[in-house]
Amino acid sequence: MAIKRSRSHGLAIGALGWLVAIWIFFPIFWMFITGFKTEVEAISTPPHLIFRPTLDSYREVFERANYWHFTFNTVAISVGATAVALTLSIPAAYAMAFLPNKRTRGTLLWMLSTRMLPPVGVLVPIYLIARNTHLLDTLTGLAIVDMLTNLPIVVWMLYTFFREVPVPILEAGRMDGANRWQEITVVLLPLALPGIASTGLLSLILCWNEAFWSLNLTSSNAAPLAAFIASFSSPEGLFFGKLSAASTLAVAPILVFGWLSQKQLVRGLTFGAVK
Amino acid sequence: MNAPPAAHATPKKARSAGFALLAPAVTILLVWSIVPLVLTLWYSFRNYNLVDPTLHGFAGVNNYWYLLTDPDFLRSLLNTAILVGGVLVVSVGGGTLLAVLYDQEFIGRGIARVLAISPFFVMPTVSALVWKNLMLHPIYGVYSWMMRAVGLTPIDWLQRFPMATVMMIVAWEWLPFAILILLTAVQSLDSEQKEAARMDGAGPIARFRYIILPHLSRAITVVVMIETIYLLTIFAEISVTTAGGPGVASTNLAFLIYSRALLQFDVGGASAGGVIAIIIANIVAAFLVRAVARNLEV
Repeated sequence: MAIKRSRSHGLAIGALGWLVAIWIFFPIFWMFITGFKTEVEAISTPPHLIFRPTLDSYREVFERANYWHFTFNTVAISVGATAVALTLSIPAAYAMAFLPNKRTRGTLLWMLSTRMLPPVGVLVPIYLIARNTHLLDTLTGLAIVDMLTNLPIVVWMLYTFFREVPVPILEAGRMDGANRWQEITVVLLPLALPGIASTGLLSLILCWNEAFWSLNLTSSNAAPLAAFIASFSSPEGLFFGKLSAASTLAVAPILVFGWLSQKQLVRGLTFGAVK
Repeated sequence: MNAPPAAHATPKKARSAGFALLAPAVTILLVWSIVPLVLTLWYSFRNYNLVDPTLHGFAGVNNYWYLLTDPDFLRSLLNTAILVGGVLVVSVGGGTLLAVLYDQEFIGRGIARVLAISPFFVMPTVSALVWKNLMLHPIYGVYSWMMRAVGLTPIDWLQRFPMATVMMIVAWEWLPFAILILLTAVQSLDSEQKEAARMDGAGPIARFRYIILPHLSRAITVVVMIETIYLLTIFAEISVTTAGGPGVASTNLAFLIYSRALLQFDVGGASAGGVIAIIIANIVAAFLVRAVARNLEV
Protein backbone atom coordinates (compact mmCIF):
# COMPACT_ATOMS: atom_id res chain seq x y z
CA MET A 1 0.00 0.00 0.00
CA ALA A 2 2.55 2.55 1.09
CA ILE A 3 4.63 3.95 -1.67
CA LYS A 4 8.34 3.47 -1.09
CA ARG A 5 9.90 6.84 -0.58
CA SER A 6 13.40 7.62 -1.54
CA ARG A 7 15.96 6.78 1.08
CA SER A 8 17.40 10.29 1.21
CA HIS A 9 13.97 11.76 1.78
CA GLY A 10 13.47 9.49 4.79
CA LEU A 11 16.88 10.39 6.15
CA ALA A 12 16.20 14.10 5.80
CA ILE A 13 12.92 13.73 7.72
CA GLY A 14 14.69 11.77 10.43
CA ALA A 15 17.49 14.31 10.71
CA LEU A 16 15.00 17.16 10.94
CA GLY A 17 12.92 15.33 13.54
CA TRP A 18 15.94 14.69 15.71
CA LEU A 19 17.33 18.20 15.26
CA VAL A 20 14.09 19.81 16.40
CA ALA A 21 13.73 17.39 19.32
CA ILE A 22 17.28 18.05 20.51
CA TRP A 23 16.85 21.80 20.18
CA ILE A 24 13.63 21.71 22.23
CA PHE A 25 15.07 19.38 24.85
CA PHE A 26 18.47 21.08 25.08
CA PRO A 27 17.72 23.44 28.02
CA ILE A 28 16.55 20.49 30.13
CA PHE A 29 19.60 18.44 29.17
CA TRP A 30 21.88 21.36 29.93
CA MET A 31 20.23 21.93 33.31
CA PHE A 32 20.73 18.25 34.11
CA ILE A 33 24.45 18.13 33.29
CA THR A 34 25.23 21.56 34.80
CA GLY A 35 24.01 20.19 38.11
CA PHE A 36 26.97 17.81 38.06
CA LYS A 37 29.57 20.49 37.40
CA THR A 38 31.56 22.58 39.84
CA GLU A 39 30.53 26.24 39.97
CA VAL A 40 33.66 27.22 38.03
CA GLU A 41 32.97 24.72 35.26
CA ALA A 42 29.32 25.70 35.18
CA ILE A 43 30.11 29.24 34.02
CA SER A 44 33.18 28.48 31.93
CA THR A 45 33.07 29.52 28.28
CA PRO A 46 33.25 27.75 25.96
CA PRO A 47 31.03 25.37 27.92
CA HIS A 48 32.55 22.04 28.84
CA LEU A 49 30.75 19.03 27.52
CA ILE A 50 33.34 16.69 28.96
CA PHE A 51 34.01 17.13 32.64
CA ARG A 52 34.40 15.13 35.78
CA PRO A 53 30.94 14.88 37.32
CA THR A 54 30.66 15.89 40.93
CA LEU A 55 27.83 15.80 43.43
CA ASP A 56 29.02 18.96 45.20
CA SER A 57 26.11 21.08 44.00
CA TYR A 58 23.59 18.49 45.11
CA ARG A 59 25.30 18.20 48.48
CA GLU A 60 25.12 21.95 48.97
CA VAL A 61 21.50 22.20 47.89
CA PHE A 62 20.60 19.58 50.45
CA GLU A 63 22.64 21.34 53.13
CA ARG A 64 21.30 24.81 52.47
CA ALA A 65 17.64 24.22 51.89
CA ASN A 66 15.42 21.55 53.24
CA TYR A 67 14.61 19.94 49.91
CA TRP A 68 12.57 17.18 51.50
CA HIS A 69 10.40 19.76 53.27
CA PHE A 70 9.47 21.38 49.93
CA THR A 71 9.02 18.03 48.23
CA PHE A 72 6.81 16.78 51.01
CA ASN A 73 4.71 19.95 50.70
CA THR A 74 4.41 19.55 46.93
CA VAL A 75 3.43 15.89 47.16
CA ALA A 76 0.98 16.51 50.00
CA ILE A 77 -0.69 19.44 48.19
CA SER A 78 -0.84 17.68 44.80
CA VAL A 79 -2.12 14.36 46.11
CA GLY A 80 -4.56 15.99 48.54
CA ALA A 81 -5.98 18.36 45.93
CA THR A 82 -6.27 15.58 43.34
CA ALA A 83 -7.94 13.16 45.75
CA VAL A 84 -10.56 15.69 46.83
CA ALA A 85 -11.15 16.86 43.26
CA LEU A 86 -11.76 13.26 42.12
CA THR A 87 -14.05 12.56 45.08
CA LEU A 88 -16.20 15.57 44.24
CA SER A 89 -16.08 15.04 40.49
CA ILE A 90 -16.91 11.35 40.18
CA PRO A 91 -20.52 11.72 41.41
CA ALA A 92 -20.95 14.93 39.41
CA ALA A 93 -19.60 13.40 36.19
CA TYR A 94 -21.74 10.29 36.76
CA ALA A 95 -24.85 12.41 37.12
CA MET A 96 -24.10 14.37 33.96
CA ALA A 97 -23.13 11.34 31.90
CA PHE A 98 -25.90 8.94 32.94
CA LEU A 99 -28.69 11.11 34.34
CA PRO A 100 -28.58 14.04 31.95
CA ASN A 101 -31.31 16.64 31.71
CA LYS A 102 -31.73 19.77 29.70
CA ARG A 103 -29.48 21.75 32.01
CA THR A 104 -26.51 19.37 31.76
CA ARG A 105 -24.92 21.04 28.77
CA GLY A 106 -25.26 24.48 30.30
CA THR A 107 -23.78 23.23 33.58
CA LEU A 108 -20.76 21.77 31.79
CA LEU A 109 -20.06 24.95 29.88
CA TRP A 110 -20.55 27.04 33.01
CA MET A 111 -18.02 24.88 34.86
CA LEU A 112 -15.54 25.41 32.06
CA SER A 113 -16.11 29.14 32.18
CA THR A 114 -15.27 29.29 35.91
CA ARG A 115 -11.85 27.96 34.95
CA MET A 116 -11.41 30.99 32.73
CA LEU A 117 -11.76 33.32 35.70
CA PRO A 118 -8.25 34.78 35.91
CA PRO A 119 -6.60 34.07 39.27
CA VAL A 120 -5.25 37.62 39.42
CA GLY A 121 -8.80 38.90 39.27
CA VAL A 122 -9.53 37.29 42.61
CA LEU A 123 -6.03 37.39 44.11
CA VAL A 124 -6.86 40.11 46.60
CA PRO A 125 -9.98 38.56 48.17
CA ILE A 126 -8.50 35.05 48.20
CA TYR A 127 -5.37 36.38 49.85
CA LEU A 128 -7.38 38.27 52.47
CA ILE A 129 -9.76 35.34 53.08
CA ALA A 130 -6.78 33.01 53.51
CA ARG A 131 -5.18 35.47 55.91
CA ASN A 132 -8.32 35.91 57.98
CA THR A 133 -9.05 32.18 58.19
CA HIS A 134 -5.40 31.40 59.04
CA LEU A 135 -5.05 29.32 55.89
CA LEU A 136 -2.28 31.53 54.51
CA ASP A 137 0.94 29.54 54.15
CA THR A 138 -0.71 26.25 55.09
CA LEU A 139 -0.84 23.02 53.12
CA THR A 140 -4.61 22.90 53.52
CA GLY A 141 -5.04 26.40 52.13
CA LEU A 142 -3.00 25.85 48.99
CA ALA A 143 -4.47 22.37 48.46
CA ILE A 144 -8.00 23.83 48.59
CA VAL A 145 -7.16 26.50 46.02
CA ASP A 146 -5.39 24.02 43.71
CA MET A 147 -8.34 21.64 44.03
CA LEU A 148 -10.81 24.37 43.10
CA THR A 149 -8.82 25.57 40.09
CA ASN A 150 -8.57 22.01 38.76
CA LEU A 151 -12.11 20.90 39.58
CA PRO A 152 -13.73 22.05 36.30
CA ILE A 153 -11.10 20.27 34.20
CA VAL A 154 -11.37 17.12 36.29
CA VAL A 155 -15.18 17.04 35.97
CA TRP A 156 -14.91 17.56 32.21
CA MET A 157 -12.41 14.80 31.68
CA LEU A 158 -14.30 12.32 33.82
CA TYR A 159 -17.52 13.19 32.01
CA THR A 160 -15.82 12.44 28.69
CA PHE A 161 -14.56 9.08 29.93
CA PHE A 162 -17.83 8.06 31.59
CA ARG A 163 -19.64 8.75 28.32
CA GLU A 164 -17.60 5.96 26.76
CA VAL A 165 -18.85 3.38 29.27
CA PRO A 166 -21.71 1.38 27.70
CA VAL A 167 -25.00 2.02 29.50
CA PRO A 168 -26.21 -1.63 29.22
CA ILE A 169 -23.41 -2.76 31.54
CA LEU A 170 -24.61 -0.33 34.22
CA GLU A 171 -28.17 -1.49 33.64
CA ALA A 172 -27.16 -5.13 34.03
CA GLY A 173 -25.62 -4.27 37.38
CA ARG A 174 -28.85 -2.63 38.42
CA MET A 175 -30.85 -5.71 37.37
CA ASP A 176 -28.67 -7.70 39.74
CA GLY A 177 -29.85 -5.42 42.53
CA ALA A 178 -27.03 -2.90 42.74
CA ASN A 179 -28.06 0.41 44.28
CA ARG A 180 -26.68 3.69 43.02
CA TRP A 181 -23.66 3.62 45.34
CA GLN A 182 -22.75 0.08 44.27
CA GLU A 183 -23.39 0.96 40.66
CA ILE A 184 -20.77 3.70 40.86
CA THR A 185 -18.20 1.95 43.03
CA VAL A 186 -18.50 -1.68 41.86
CA VAL A 187 -19.55 -1.35 38.21
CA LEU A 188 -18.55 2.08 36.87
CA LEU A 189 -15.25 2.81 38.62
CA PRO A 190 -13.43 -0.38 37.55
CA LEU A 191 -14.61 0.14 33.96
CA ALA A 192 -13.55 3.77 33.88
CA LEU A 193 -10.32 3.24 35.80
CA PRO A 194 -7.96 4.13 32.91
CA GLY A 195 -9.83 7.38 32.38
CA ILE A 196 -9.86 8.18 36.08
CA ALA A 197 -6.14 7.45 36.19
CA SER A 198 -5.34 9.83 33.34
CA THR A 199 -7.51 12.51 34.92
CA GLY A 200 -5.67 12.06 38.21
CA LEU A 201 -2.31 12.18 36.40
CA LEU A 202 -3.09 15.46 34.74
CA SER A 203 -4.36 16.96 37.97
CA LEU A 204 -1.16 15.87 39.76
CA ILE A 205 1.01 17.44 37.06
CA LEU A 206 -0.97 20.70 37.09
CA CYS A 207 -0.77 20.90 40.91
CA TRP A 208 2.93 20.03 40.97
CA ASN A 209 3.77 22.81 38.52
CA GLU A 210 1.24 25.38 39.76
CA ALA A 211 3.09 28.62 40.37
CA PHE A 212 0.71 31.56 40.78
CA TRP A 213 -1.02 30.57 44.00
CA SER A 214 2.09 28.79 45.27
CA LEU A 215 4.09 32.01 45.07
CA ASN A 216 1.36 34.24 46.44
CA LEU A 217 -0.24 32.16 49.19
CA THR A 218 2.80 30.53 50.77
CA SER A 219 6.03 31.86 52.25
CA SER A 220 7.96 29.24 54.21
CA ASN A 221 5.84 26.75 56.08
CA ALA A 222 3.81 25.39 53.16
CA ALA A 223 5.99 26.49 50.27
CA PRO A 224 6.09 23.87 47.50
CA LEU A 225 8.95 23.24 45.05
CA ALA A 226 7.76 25.96 42.65
CA ALA A 227 8.40 28.55 45.37
CA PHE A 228 11.64 26.87 46.47
CA ILE A 229 13.01 27.28 42.96
CA ALA A 230 11.80 30.86 42.65
CA SER A 231 13.97 31.73 45.66
CA PHE A 232 16.97 30.99 43.43
CA SER A 233 16.14 33.95 41.21
CA SER A 234 17.65 36.42 43.69
CA PRO A 235 21.09 37.71 42.61
CA GLU A 236 22.91 36.16 45.57
CA GLY A 237 21.51 32.80 44.53
CA LEU A 238 23.12 33.00 41.11
CA PHE A 239 25.17 29.85 41.22
CA PHE A 240 24.52 27.87 38.07
CA GLY A 241 25.58 24.53 39.52
CA LYS A 242 23.34 24.75 42.56
CA LEU A 243 20.51 26.29 40.56
CA SER A 244 20.69 23.39 38.11
CA ALA A 245 20.90 20.75 40.80
CA ALA A 246 17.91 22.21 42.63
CA SER A 247 15.95 22.56 39.39
CA THR A 248 16.68 18.98 38.43
CA LEU A 249 15.49 17.80 41.82
CA ALA A 250 12.29 19.80 41.48
CA VAL A 251 11.52 18.69 37.94
CA ALA A 252 12.76 15.10 37.72
CA PRO A 253 9.91 13.31 39.54
CA ILE A 254 7.13 14.89 37.51
CA LEU A 255 9.10 14.70 34.24
CA VAL A 256 9.61 10.95 34.55
CA PHE A 257 6.00 10.64 35.62
CA GLY A 258 4.93 12.61 32.54
CA TRP A 259 7.05 10.50 30.18
CA LEU A 260 5.53 7.30 31.52
CA SER A 261 1.97 8.57 31.32
CA GLN A 262 1.98 10.66 28.13
CA LYS A 263 -0.41 8.36 26.26
CA GLN A 264 -3.02 8.41 29.02
CA LEU A 265 -2.55 12.16 29.36
CA VAL A 266 -3.45 12.88 25.76
CA ARG A 267 -6.60 10.81 26.06
CA GLY A 268 -7.73 12.99 28.90
CA LEU A 269 -6.57 16.36 27.67
CA THR A 270 -8.40 16.36 24.39
CA PHE A 271 -11.88 16.24 25.94
CA GLY A 272 -12.78 13.53 23.49
CA ALA A 273 -11.98 15.78 20.54
CA VAL A 274 -9.39 13.31 19.32
CA LYS A 275 -10.20 9.65 19.20
CA MET B 1 -26.06 16.10 22.26
CA ASN B 2 -26.57 12.37 22.03
CA ALA B 3 -26.81 11.49 25.69
CA PRO B 4 -27.46 7.94 26.76
CA PRO B 5 -31.09 7.43 27.71
CA ALA B 6 -31.95 8.05 31.34
CA ALA B 7 -31.46 4.60 32.76
CA HIS B 8 -33.62 4.46 35.84
CA ALA B 9 -37.26 3.54 35.61
CA THR B 10 -38.72 6.54 37.36
CA PRO B 11 -37.52 9.78 35.79
CA LYS B 12 -38.41 11.79 38.88
CA LYS B 13 -36.22 9.65 41.11
CA ALA B 14 -33.41 9.85 38.57
CA ARG B 15 -33.67 13.62 38.52
CA SER B 16 -33.39 13.98 42.27
CA ALA B 17 -30.51 11.49 42.38
CA GLY B 18 -28.73 13.37 39.62
CA PHE B 19 -29.27 16.61 41.47
CA ALA B 20 -27.90 15.20 44.73
CA LEU B 21 -24.81 13.79 43.01
CA LEU B 22 -24.12 17.01 41.18
CA ALA B 23 -24.82 19.33 44.10
CA PRO B 24 -21.48 19.16 45.99
CA ALA B 25 -19.31 19.99 42.96
CA VAL B 26 -21.67 22.67 41.65
CA THR B 27 -22.12 24.29 45.07
CA ILE B 28 -18.43 24.51 45.79
CA LEU B 29 -17.69 25.88 42.31
CA LEU B 30 -20.50 28.39 42.68
CA VAL B 31 -19.08 29.64 45.98
CA TRP B 32 -15.57 29.70 44.53
CA SER B 33 -16.61 31.68 41.50
CA ILE B 34 -19.01 34.14 43.14
CA VAL B 35 -17.68 35.04 46.60
CA PRO B 36 -14.24 36.28 45.50
CA LEU B 37 -15.84 38.01 42.52
CA VAL B 38 -18.24 39.96 44.71
CA LEU B 39 -15.44 40.85 47.13
CA THR B 40 -13.19 42.04 44.30
CA LEU B 41 -16.03 44.18 43.02
CA TRP B 42 -16.66 45.58 46.51
CA TYR B 43 -12.98 46.40 47.19
CA SER B 44 -12.64 48.01 43.79
CA PHE B 45 -15.00 50.79 44.89
CA ARG B 46 -13.28 51.27 48.25
CA ASN B 47 -10.22 53.10 49.48
CA TYR B 48 -8.32 50.24 51.00
CA ASN B 49 -4.60 50.13 51.60
CA LEU B 50 -3.03 47.43 53.74
CA VAL B 51 -0.33 49.72 55.15
CA ASP B 52 -2.43 52.89 55.53
CA PRO B 53 -5.40 52.22 57.82
CA THR B 54 -6.36 55.92 57.83
CA LEU B 55 -7.37 55.59 54.21
CA HIS B 56 -10.78 54.01 53.99
CA GLY B 57 -14.33 54.60 52.83
CA PHE B 58 -16.10 54.71 49.52
CA ALA B 59 -13.90 55.62 46.60
CA GLY B 60 -16.50 55.71 43.86
CA VAL B 61 -14.90 55.09 40.51
CA ASN B 62 -11.58 56.63 41.58
CA ASN B 63 -9.73 53.31 41.55
CA TYR B 64 -10.92 52.67 38.02
CA TRP B 65 -10.15 56.21 36.95
CA TYR B 66 -6.57 56.05 38.23
CA LEU B 67 -6.05 52.71 36.61
CA LEU B 68 -7.57 53.51 33.24
CA THR B 69 -5.63 56.76 32.93
CA ASP B 70 -2.38 55.11 34.00
CA PRO B 71 -0.11 54.53 30.98
CA ASP B 72 1.29 51.46 32.75
CA PHE B 73 -2.14 49.90 32.58
CA LEU B 74 -2.44 50.32 28.82
CA ARG B 75 1.06 48.98 28.42
CA SER B 76 0.15 45.92 30.49
CA LEU B 77 -2.94 45.30 28.36
CA LEU B 78 -0.86 45.50 25.23
CA ASN B 79 1.75 43.15 26.72
CA THR B 80 -0.96 40.66 27.68
CA ALA B 81 -2.26 40.67 24.11
CA ILE B 82 1.25 40.27 22.68
CA LEU B 83 1.98 37.39 25.02
CA VAL B 84 -1.26 35.50 24.35
CA GLY B 85 -1.27 36.17 20.60
CA GLY B 86 2.43 35.53 20.05
CA VAL B 87 2.53 32.28 21.99
CA LEU B 88 -0.65 31.01 20.33
CA VAL B 89 0.75 31.70 16.85
CA VAL B 90 4.10 30.06 17.61
CA SER B 91 2.73 27.05 19.46
CA VAL B 92 -0.24 26.27 17.22
CA GLY B 93 1.66 26.98 14.00
CA GLY B 94 4.81 25.19 15.09
CA GLY B 95 2.83 22.46 16.80
CA THR B 96 0.90 21.66 13.62
CA LEU B 97 4.03 21.44 11.51
CA LEU B 98 5.88 19.37 14.10
CA ALA B 99 2.90 17.08 14.59
CA VAL B 100 3.06 16.29 10.88
CA LEU B 101 6.85 15.83 11.15
CA TYR B 102 6.59 13.43 14.10
CA ASP B 103 3.88 11.50 12.30
CA GLN B 104 6.49 10.39 9.72
CA GLU B 105 8.43 7.20 10.22
CA PHE B 106 12.07 7.65 11.14
CA ILE B 107 14.69 6.00 13.29
CA GLY B 108 14.22 6.66 17.00
CA ARG B 109 10.97 8.52 16.43
CA GLY B 110 9.55 7.48 19.79
CA ILE B 111 12.48 8.93 21.71
CA ALA B 112 12.57 12.12 19.63
CA ARG B 113 8.87 12.64 20.35
CA VAL B 114 9.30 12.19 24.09
CA LEU B 115 12.17 14.70 24.09
CA ALA B 116 10.12 17.22 22.12
CA ILE B 117 7.17 17.16 24.53
CA SER B 118 9.27 17.26 27.71
CA PRO B 119 9.13 21.02 28.43
CA PHE B 120 5.40 20.68 29.13
CA PHE B 121 6.21 18.84 32.35
CA VAL B 122 8.75 21.38 33.59
CA MET B 123 7.41 23.82 36.17
CA PRO B 124 7.27 27.44 34.97
CA THR B 125 9.66 28.77 37.60
CA VAL B 126 12.32 26.26 36.54
CA SER B 127 11.81 26.94 32.81
CA ALA B 128 12.16 30.65 33.39
CA LEU B 129 15.30 30.33 35.52
CA VAL B 130 17.00 27.87 33.19
CA TRP B 131 16.37 30.09 30.18
CA LYS B 132 17.33 33.27 31.99
CA ASN B 133 20.59 31.94 33.39
CA LEU B 134 21.88 28.85 31.60
CA MET B 135 20.69 29.77 28.10
CA LEU B 136 20.40 33.54 27.74
CA HIS B 137 22.76 34.97 30.36
CA PRO B 138 24.72 37.64 28.44
CA ILE B 139 28.08 36.33 29.65
CA TYR B 140 27.72 32.71 30.71
CA GLY B 141 24.68 31.59 28.71
CA VAL B 142 25.04 28.89 26.08
CA TYR B 143 23.32 31.06 23.47
CA SER B 144 25.70 33.94 24.17
CA TRP B 145 28.63 31.59 23.71
CA MET B 146 27.16 30.39 20.40
CA MET B 147 26.77 33.97 19.22
CA ARG B 148 30.37 34.74 20.11
CA ALA B 149 31.48 31.54 18.39
CA VAL B 150 30.04 32.76 15.10
CA GLY B 151 31.45 36.24 15.56
CA LEU B 152 28.39 38.09 16.87
CA THR B 153 28.16 40.18 20.02
CA PRO B 154 25.92 38.52 22.61
CA ILE B 155 23.09 40.69 23.87
CA ASP B 156 21.20 40.80 27.11
CA TRP B 157 17.94 39.49 25.68
CA LEU B 158 15.82 40.11 28.77
CA GLN B 159 17.01 43.72 28.97
CA ARG B 160 16.89 44.57 25.29
CA PHE B 161 13.79 42.63 24.20
CA PRO B 162 12.03 41.77 27.47
CA MET B 163 8.58 41.04 26.06
CA ALA B 164 9.77 39.05 23.06
CA THR B 165 12.12 37.01 25.23
CA VAL B 166 9.45 36.21 27.82
CA MET B 167 7.17 35.27 24.95
CA MET B 168 9.83 32.95 23.57
CA ILE B 169 10.27 31.22 26.93
CA VAL B 170 6.52 30.76 27.34
CA ALA B 171 6.23 29.48 23.76
CA TRP B 172 8.91 26.91 24.57
CA GLU B 173 6.72 25.68 27.42
CA TRP B 174 3.52 25.50 25.38
CA LEU B 175 4.77 24.27 22.01
CA PRO B 176 5.15 20.72 23.42
CA PHE B 177 1.57 20.80 24.63
CA ALA B 178 0.39 21.64 21.10
CA ILE B 179 2.60 18.88 19.65
CA LEU B 180 1.24 16.38 22.17
CA ILE B 181 -2.39 17.05 21.31
CA LEU B 182 -2.05 17.69 17.56
CA LEU B 183 0.15 14.66 17.00
CA THR B 184 -2.53 12.43 18.47
CA ALA B 185 -5.03 14.05 16.15
CA VAL B 186 -2.82 13.60 13.08
CA GLN B 187 -2.28 9.95 13.95
CA SER B 188 -6.00 9.36 14.18
CA LEU B 189 -6.36 10.46 10.55
CA ASP B 190 -7.28 7.61 8.29
CA SER B 191 -4.08 6.66 6.46
CA GLU B 192 -6.09 5.35 3.50
CA GLN B 193 -7.49 8.81 3.00
CA LYS B 194 -4.00 10.31 2.87
CA GLU B 195 -2.88 7.55 0.53
CA ALA B 196 -5.86 8.04 -1.77
CA ALA B 197 -5.08 11.74 -2.04
CA ARG B 198 -1.50 10.90 -2.88
CA MET B 199 -2.67 8.51 -5.60
CA ASP B 200 -4.84 11.28 -7.03
CA GLY B 201 -1.72 13.35 -7.39
CA ALA B 202 -2.10 15.69 -4.44
CA GLY B 203 1.29 17.06 -3.41
CA PRO B 204 2.38 17.32 0.21
CA ILE B 205 1.16 20.92 0.49
CA ALA B 206 -2.25 20.12 -0.96
CA ARG B 207 -2.60 17.10 1.34
CA PHE B 208 -1.68 19.27 4.33
CA ARG B 209 -4.06 22.06 3.32
CA TYR B 210 -7.11 20.00 2.32
CA ILE B 211 -6.88 16.85 4.41
CA ILE B 212 -4.75 17.31 7.51
CA LEU B 213 -5.73 20.87 8.48
CA PRO B 214 -9.52 20.34 8.34
CA HIS B 215 -9.08 17.14 10.33
CA LEU B 216 -7.15 19.04 12.99
CA SER B 217 -9.70 21.81 13.55
CA ARG B 218 -11.25 20.23 16.63
CA ALA B 219 -7.90 19.49 18.22
CA ILE B 220 -6.71 23.03 17.45
CA THR B 221 -9.82 24.36 19.21
CA VAL B 222 -8.86 22.41 22.32
CA VAL B 223 -5.26 23.64 22.18
CA VAL B 224 -6.31 27.28 21.72
CA MET B 225 -8.85 27.03 24.53
CA ILE B 226 -6.56 25.48 27.12
CA GLU B 227 -3.58 27.64 26.20
CA THR B 228 -5.59 30.86 26.29
CA ILE B 229 -6.83 30.04 29.79
CA TYR B 230 -3.27 29.76 31.00
CA LEU B 231 -1.65 32.45 28.85
CA LEU B 232 -4.01 35.21 29.97
CA THR B 233 -2.59 34.88 33.46
CA ILE B 234 1.10 34.17 32.89
CA PHE B 235 2.82 35.20 36.08
CA ALA B 236 5.71 33.03 37.27
CA GLU B 237 7.79 33.42 34.12
CA ILE B 238 7.65 37.23 34.34
CA SER B 239 8.15 37.30 38.08
CA VAL B 240 11.29 35.15 37.87
CA THR B 241 12.92 36.61 34.75
CA THR B 242 12.27 40.34 34.56
CA ALA B 243 9.95 41.17 37.47
CA GLY B 244 7.94 43.09 34.90
CA GLY B 245 10.83 45.30 33.84
CA PRO B 246 12.78 47.09 32.67
CA GLY B 247 10.25 49.68 33.82
CA VAL B 248 6.98 48.10 32.82
CA ALA B 249 8.25 46.75 29.49
CA SER B 250 7.30 43.16 30.34
CA THR B 251 4.45 43.77 32.79
CA ASN B 252 1.25 42.02 31.80
CA LEU B 253 -2.10 42.54 33.47
CA ALA B 254 -1.51 39.69 35.92
CA PHE B 255 1.81 41.09 37.03
CA LEU B 256 0.46 44.65 37.28
CA ILE B 257 -2.33 43.56 39.63
CA TYR B 258 0.10 41.52 41.67
CA SER B 259 2.46 44.45 42.08
CA ARG B 260 -0.39 46.81 43.01
CA ALA B 261 -1.74 44.41 45.62
CA LEU B 262 1.25 42.72 47.21
CA LEU B 263 4.04 45.23 46.56
CA GLN B 264 2.16 48.53 46.91
CA PHE B 265 -0.56 47.12 49.20
CA ASP B 266 -3.19 49.06 47.26
CA VAL B 267 -6.11 46.66 47.59
CA GLY B 268 -8.61 49.05 46.00
CA GLY B 269 -6.51 49.70 42.91
CA ALA B 270 -5.55 46.06 42.51
CA SER B 271 -9.19 45.02 42.79
CA ALA B 272 -10.17 47.46 40.06
CA GLY B 273 -7.50 45.80 37.91
CA GLY B 274 -8.91 42.42 38.88
CA VAL B 275 -12.40 43.41 37.78
CA ILE B 276 -11.03 44.56 34.43
CA ALA B 277 -9.08 41.31 34.06
CA ILE B 278 -12.27 39.37 34.74
CA ILE B 279 -14.23 41.40 32.19
CA ILE B 280 -11.56 40.76 29.54
CA ALA B 281 -11.42 37.06 30.39
CA ASN B 282 -15.20 36.84 30.08
CA ILE B 283 -15.18 38.42 26.64
CA VAL B 284 -12.53 35.94 25.52
CA ALA B 285 -14.31 33.07 27.28
CA ALA B 286 -17.59 33.86 25.54
CA PHE B 287 -15.91 33.33 22.18
CA LEU B 288 -14.01 30.26 23.31
CA VAL B 289 -16.94 28.52 24.97
CA ARG B 290 -19.01 29.05 21.86
CA ALA B 291 -16.25 27.59 19.69
CA VAL B 292 -15.90 24.64 22.06
CA ALA B 293 -19.63 24.00 22.17
CA ARG B 294 -19.78 24.05 18.39
CA ASN B 295 -16.69 21.96 17.78
CA LEU B 296 -16.95 19.35 20.48
CA GLU B 297 -20.68 18.59 20.37
CA VAL B 298 -21.04 18.36 24.12
